[in-house]
Amino acid sequence: MGGWGLVKRAPLLEAEGLAIRIGERWLCCEFSLSLRPGECLALLGPNGAGKTTLLHTLAGLRAPSVGSVRVGGKPYADWPGSSVACFRGLLAQQQPDHFAASVLETALVGRHPHLGRWDWEGAEDLRITREALAAVGLEGFEARDVLTLSGGERQRVAIAALLVQQPRLYLLDEPLNHLDLHYQIAVLDLFRSEAADGRGVVMVMHDINLAARYADHVILLDGRGGVAAGTADEILQAERLSHAFGHPLRAVTDGERTLFIPD
Amino acid sequence: MSPPGSRRALLSLVGLALAGALCLLWALAAGEIAVPLGDVFDALAGGGDGMQVAIIRELRLPRAIAAFACGGLLALAGALMQVLLRNPLADPYVLGISGGAAVGALAAMTLGLVSWMVDGAAFVGALSAMALVFGLSRGDGAWTQTRLLLTGVIVAAGCGAVVSMMLALAPDTRVQSMLFWLMGDASGASRPWPALALLALGLLVAMPFSRELNVLARGELGARALGVPVERLRLLVYVLASLLTAVSVTQVGSVGFVGLVVPHLIRLALGNDQRLLLPAATLAGGALLTAADTAARTVIAPMQLPVGVLTALIGVPVFLFLLARHPR
Repeated sequence: MGGWGLVKRAPLLEAEGLAIRIGERWLCCEFSLSLRPGECLALLGPNGAGKTTLLHTLAGLRAPSVGSVRVGGKPYADWPGSSVACFRGLLAQQQPDHFAASVLETALVGRHPHLGRWDWEGAEDLRITREALAAVGLEGFEARDVLTLSGGERQRVAIAALLVQQPRLYLLDEPLNHLDLHYQIAVLDLFRSEAADGRGVVMVMHDINLAARYADHVILLDGRGGVAAGTADEILQAERLSHAFGHPLRAVTDGERTLFIPD
Repeated sequence: MSPPGSRRALLSLVGLALAGALCLLWALAAGEIAVPLGDVFDALAGGGDGMQVAIIRELRLPRAIAAFACGGLLALAGALMQVLLRNPLADPYVLGISGGAAVGALAAMTLGLVSWMVDGAAFVGALSAMALVFGLSRGDGAWTQTRLLLTGVIVAAGCGAVVSMMLALAPDTRVQSMLFWLMGDASGASRPWPALALLALGLLVAMPFSRELNVLARGELGARALGVPVERLRLLVYVLASLLTAVSVTQVGSVGFVGLVVPHLIRLALGNDQRLLLPAATLAGGALLTAADTAARTVIAPMQLPVGVLTALIGVPVFLFLLARHPR
């Protein structure tokens, strides 16, 4: 992995003493994290544990109840205007489409934070967008209406729009939604290579085995306010996972990788 | 839906501006006394036959300008509402603005007030409805478009009930003028220039935010993640669209259809880029309402049709034709 030489560089994302409360319920007790260029972090946990809320907090879209979040070394409040959108990008869990629009237009929206108020997208923006569409296997889809796409194709358009945004920190909410096996691996390989280029990746995931294969760090929410944060090897233990997901899991080794299988 | 480009946008806008100018010329030339185009230009410049000058400059010009301005106001407000509510079925009246204006206007008519006071009451009614919907839908601070839409629809329904009650209780002599006001009518518009100025101002205010509106139209979460100040933008769009609608309703009553269909026509023909959609819908709305109003006073002259009937009669087939050409 080419990115390991970059590990010593300044963190892209830091959380200190972070805790999140919704109403009366604490989603996670205080914990800290630090993500450096080249690293992938997976957020795991059962339904409703607060993975998305935590990701949105890390994205600066909601304030933490306790503690602080810093991106690129400073709190969100210290980023002037919308400049932080050039540094961190969010892939939302759902892609609501209310109006017809071409795939090209939809992906091109990722250029928004890079353009001034009166700028129109130029040849360079179009080139970046076409490249991103090609990177997710959507070459030739430029003129298609997003309302006619399949779920997996629409998800890949959203990923392309995020690539077009060119952030240094990717925050992905279930990036594998709707994707078939081939594109699940392709998308994870893609973000792994983005990380190797000196970017950081945080992703909410459901597949423990893919998390084990692609993540350097894991944050595991247990849905009862408990948080375990650490390296993938530390956190991905059968007993811990069984407890968090409320279903017994077994670790099986095929000689190279450890796989977790539900009993 | 070709790639966005400022050149194509400019060409489309020039074409629509020409169409608008032709509609205005038609409005000035056509009528019970048809005036040749050459004489129309003479009259505008202040020369020519005295009666023709009076007809064109004092009767037809204010009415044509009022129709153009209000068509533009409604189309622009409709386009903004559709983005704000992320609902293609939204129109300028969906949030109760026209209902509030109707309550104000009819109350003034019930009291027997003079015409400018009726206009004033309509405007106050529209702004009251806007403030009421805004206050109620914000309630606990959350401001979802579903809640805004539901609040608006309910306030509009309440206004409708009040309007029906006033019609039922009004003396027969006043019901006729009340019904005319409700149907939408440009014949009484004698001071159209402020509306035109407001239309230009509204467009000038909206245009700098048009790319942010493009992002907002694709969903609120994504817009916030891309650095769009969503709360501020929504407030701006809400207040702007409401004011534009209030001005139009005050001027010509609740002319239907323009605000819903014109943005759709433009979207089907030119795509959903607000940088092009907003000015194009404004010009197309103005052209459509000018043409409809001219037709309304000429097709069965000397009698006049309510212009709202004609906007629907022109708009429906054009809309269905465009829809059929774009199968999903």
